[in-house]
Amino acid sequence: MNKLTFLPEYLQRRSFIELSARDRAKSLFDSGTGRELAGPFDRIESPWLAMQGVTPQADDGCIVMRGTIGGRQAVVIAFSGAFQGGGIGEVSGAKLTAALDLACRDSEQGSQSSAVLLLETGGVRLQEANLGLAAVAEIISSIIALRRYAPVISVIAGPVGCFGGMSLAAGVSSYVVMTPEGRLGLNGPEVIEEESGVEEFDASDRSMIWSIYGGQQRYNQGLVDVLVDDDADQMVKTVRELIAKGVPEVPRSQQVDLCRSKIATLDPSTQWDPSEFSWSAASLLSSEALAKEDARPTGRDQGPIDDERKGIQQ
Amino acid sequence: MEEFEFNYPAKRKATRRAHVGVVGSGDLEVLLDPVDGDTASVRIRTSVDSFKTKWQAVLDRFFGQYDAAVHIEINDAGATPGAVFLRLQQAVEASES
Repeated sequence: MNKLTFLPEYLQRRSFIELSARDRAKSLFDSGTGRELAGPFDRIESPWLAMQGVTPQADDGCIVMRGTIGGRQAVVIAFSGAFQGGGIGEVSGAKLTAALDLACRDSEQGSQSSAVLLLETGGVRLQEANLGLAAVAEIISSIIALRRYAPVISVIAGPVGCFGGMSLAAGVSSYVVMTPEGRLGLNGPEVIEEESGVEEFDASDRSMIWSIYGGQQRYNQGLVDVLVDDDADQMVKTVRELIAKGVPEVPRSQQVDLCRSKIATLDPSTQWDPSEFSWSAASLLSSEALAKEDARPTGRDQGPIDDERKGIQQ
Repeated sequence: MEEFEFNYPAKRKATRRAHVGVVGSGDLEVLLDPVDGDTASVRIRTSVDSFKTKWQAVLDRFFGQYDAAVHIEINDAGATPGAVFLRLQQAVEASES
């Protein structure tokens, strides 16, 4: 295809967000290596949706692929934000957990395998609430098990964003990648508006919403490692670099003192402005020392969940 | 949600299976699987009730042009007849390309 040389660069770039979930997953792999596991023709769909009058999808909105990225083994799990808002149900949650456990088993046996989560999800699917919550617990414990051996990278690219239980999954990942279009938060804007009233929080105020949940803001807060434009080539490059970088010295979710030092800079007696939640690169740099203090020798026999619980209790 | 099945005569073998679309609002998913024999079958699950005759009309038109022996599964989330027809054509294109 001929490139139109007179157009600005941003018009020539290939959008990552506009790709389907399956194509997003495929685009990350070295050419021809991505192979789908438990695909639509295996027909592992949710048994709960049809009984509630909701049409199921043959892959339950969760695409699992395995192959190599930059020559290294990886699994990619992509959620289809168009189906049930990318909600986690029993089947999609089990697919994600199984993929993480597969990568963990390979890594334990000496063949390091990273995991990339392409998260377009509102969290737990309400039609399968309890099973979805159980799935989130399994997902988090599987991420924590894998992240000791190989990087777990969460990518939040599209405006569906990543909310609810799955924001916790992003939080325990080795690395988080976002675009400025992406959103990350525990309670979604609509939920807060519903609970507290439109005067308190107007979910239709897009600039306000993105100033709080948006990729740029989350990056400024140090919750995101890499902020990339909506560009498929940039996304592939970023994911490759992070996989090559390997396991971070201290996972973000164990940097408890660092988080506390950030929270300590806020004054709860006044109304906050999102810009106050930006911590400068300089302050993050000095806090790297803090992060190292957080690092505790963690024996494998302690088990991943134990490590995590200790981190929270300090 | 409603579910129904239609059958049409087929004259040839299909090339390979194909999957297109997503069960998102106003869209649908099509799974096309080659089968042996001389019949094409279609199973539809749709979130919008009481449009069976419309589905029949769209499929009559589609199978007026397509004669391969396949089993098609459609999971629909309220796609318009035009969108249904385009997705079916896309599935055929993916199957024969």
